[in-house]
Amino acid sequence: METMNHGATIEQRKAQIAKSKRSDKIATGVLTAIVVLISVVLVAIVGYIIVGGLPHLSWDFLTSESESFRAGGGIGPQIFNSFYLLFLTMLVSIPLSLGAAIYLSQYAPQNKVTDFIKTIIETLSSLPSIVVGLFGYLLFVLYFGWGFSILSGAIALTMFNLPIMVRVIQQSLEAVPAYQRDAGLALGLTRWETTLHILIPEALAGIITGIILSAGRVYGEAAALIYTAGQTAPEIDLLNFDLTDPRSAWNVMRPAETLAVHIWKVNSEGVIPDIDVVAAGTAAFLMICVVIFNIAARFIGGRIHKKVTAQ
Amino acid sequence: MGYTTQGAFFKLIQVNVVNSVICLKKDGKMAKEHSLIPKRNLEWLGIILTGVCILLTIALVFALIFMVAKQGLSTFFVDGVSFTDFLFGPVWNPSVTDPATGLPVVGALPMIAGSFAVTLLSTVIAAPLAIGAAIFVVEIAPGFGKKYFQPAIELLVGIPSVVYGLIGLTIIVKFVRDVLPVGGTGYGIFSGSIVLSMMILPTITSLSIDALSSVPQSYRQGALALGSTRWQMISQVVLRAALPALMTSVILGMTRAFGEALAVQMVIGNAAILPTSLFQPASTLTSVLTMGMGNTIFGSLENNVLWSLALLLMIMSLIFIVVIHFIGKKGGLEQSR
Repeated sequence: METMNHGATIEQRKAQIAKSKRSDKIATGVLTAIVVLISVVLVAIVGYIIVGGLPHLSWDFLTSESESFRAGGGIGPQIFNSFYLLFLTMLVSIPLSLGAAIYLSQYAPQNKVTDFIKTIIETLSSLPSIVVGLFGYLLFVLYFGWGFSILSGAIALTMFNLPIMVRVIQQSLEAVPAYQRDAGLALGLTRWETTLHILIPEALAGIITGIILSAGRVYGEAAALIYTAGQTAPEIDLLNFDLTDPRSAWNVMRPAETLAVHIWKVNSEGVIPDIDVVAAGTAAFLMICVVIFNIAARFIGGRIHKKVTAQ
Repeated sequence: MGYTTQGAFFKLIQVNVVNSVICLKKDGKMAKEHSLIPKRNLEWLGIILTGVCILLTIALVFALIFMVAKQGLSTFFVDGVSFTDFLFGPVWNPSVTDPATGLPVVGALPMIAGSFAVTLLSTVIAAPLAIGAAIFVVEIAPGFGKKYFQPAIELLVGIPSVVYGLIGLTIIVKFVRDVLPVGGTGYGIFSGSIVLSMMILPTITSLSIDALSSVPQSYRQGALALGSTRWQMISQVVLRAALPALMTSVILGMTRAFGEALAVQMVIGNAAILPTSLFQPASTLTSVLTMGMGNTIFGSLENNVLWSLALLLMIMSLIFIVVIHFIGKKGGLEQSR
């Protein structure tokens, strides 16, 4: 005992212990205060957006066209554009990221090339979305001559979305216990069959959760879209299925302003007199969608996990 | 496109599998010949299908880097603006011609300074709070943390950046203008930093939670068994072991802050002047890009110089990646020792 305390008297030792205990209490208090602060800010943000915007969400607001100069415009086309763009983006990015993730987790040899590929994908994920959007503007809008269009926007969003989805799917695939994969291979299945019939069903819950969460991010993205899908929402006709008609809602070559772009647009360049109302209403709708995406991701992921694992 | 071809391939696989099963039932000898070849094809099919996805992704990234670099460098090699004038020039005014060089005045220093100011300030605000919250979730109240706090943080990560911008515009800018005794319009680096710190806080928190969770439980038990208090265990063992991963999470937060465009653009005031105060309108690389790209003619110097700003943004995010790799390598070495 004597040597351990370096000759400190019992009183000094006691004082030291008391000091340690005091700083432990202080630290716990500070950390708790931080969490309380963040929780309050979180509730305030979500509450402010949803409660502040909810009174403006009428059926008329959600379905009517937006106005450029007068008050009383709605967000009907923007809602459709957001979902249509989300759908097309997912249509391209799910198979692409699934393939890339399967390659990285199953086929890629452990060497420098694979490391390089991983770094490239990591780089894509850290690029600012405005840079991705500008690249889309350069390549799709100008060089390919697609103009401001849903197609340009969907591919720019795919680039923005790919690295996140690849990472989530790869993690889900790698979380499957190694013996499952080994058992498949030992039975004479190819790696491809093992992946399709054993790994993907097992990892499905994680994959779906990741896809829905990234869908929420795609849904709210604006910076990658302002110079690809454009900032205008022309009047559209949902029942017009002529894909070459610029008035058809389903035409992928028409410009399409989304909800998130609309919020930015009315605030930064808008001249309508009811900016506050339109912005608050749109933000509330966007926020409610994001909350639904989050809850759905948890719920559906849990359900699938139960179904597949029979627990 | 990719979708339909994949559908066709799935069918092909099914046919193959069915064929080989039928062969097995008919005759064991035949089965070997028939099932071996499709199996090998199947493996190639998998490699090719997934490899194409990887190649496509890589091609897109290379196209992005190449095209932005080419467009951004033409300011210097086609239009003849000097690197130093661009990087260190304190005045940004592309519509005015500098009589000394005969070229528009395109000093990017105001935006570079603005970008770094908002990034550093928001990180200084957000990082301690985020890491503190992560410690609370992992070490102090894991039950509450896992069940309530972590899902809430994930929700915050998912809030669109324009919504943060709108909150900044309607609450923070007004608060700075009307309540704080600083005068001015409320727009500026301070408001931008607050908005960004709200945005990157959940990102850093969620990554820090992962970082702290991956510290082996035995480290904690060892520290507690030696008689340390919980805070001693956290500050002297857990935080040190997790330091490289925590630094990575902070840098990823900074990357997000540096590249954020619309939320910042909405609250910073968009005046391309060298910032002298936190409460004066300023601008960042991203805000000038957002505002200017639609108002300039493609191929003109005014437009090319915007691409140079985009190139600068890209180079910065590449540097962030390199730093993260460097930290990862160093951290890895310490652990293996």
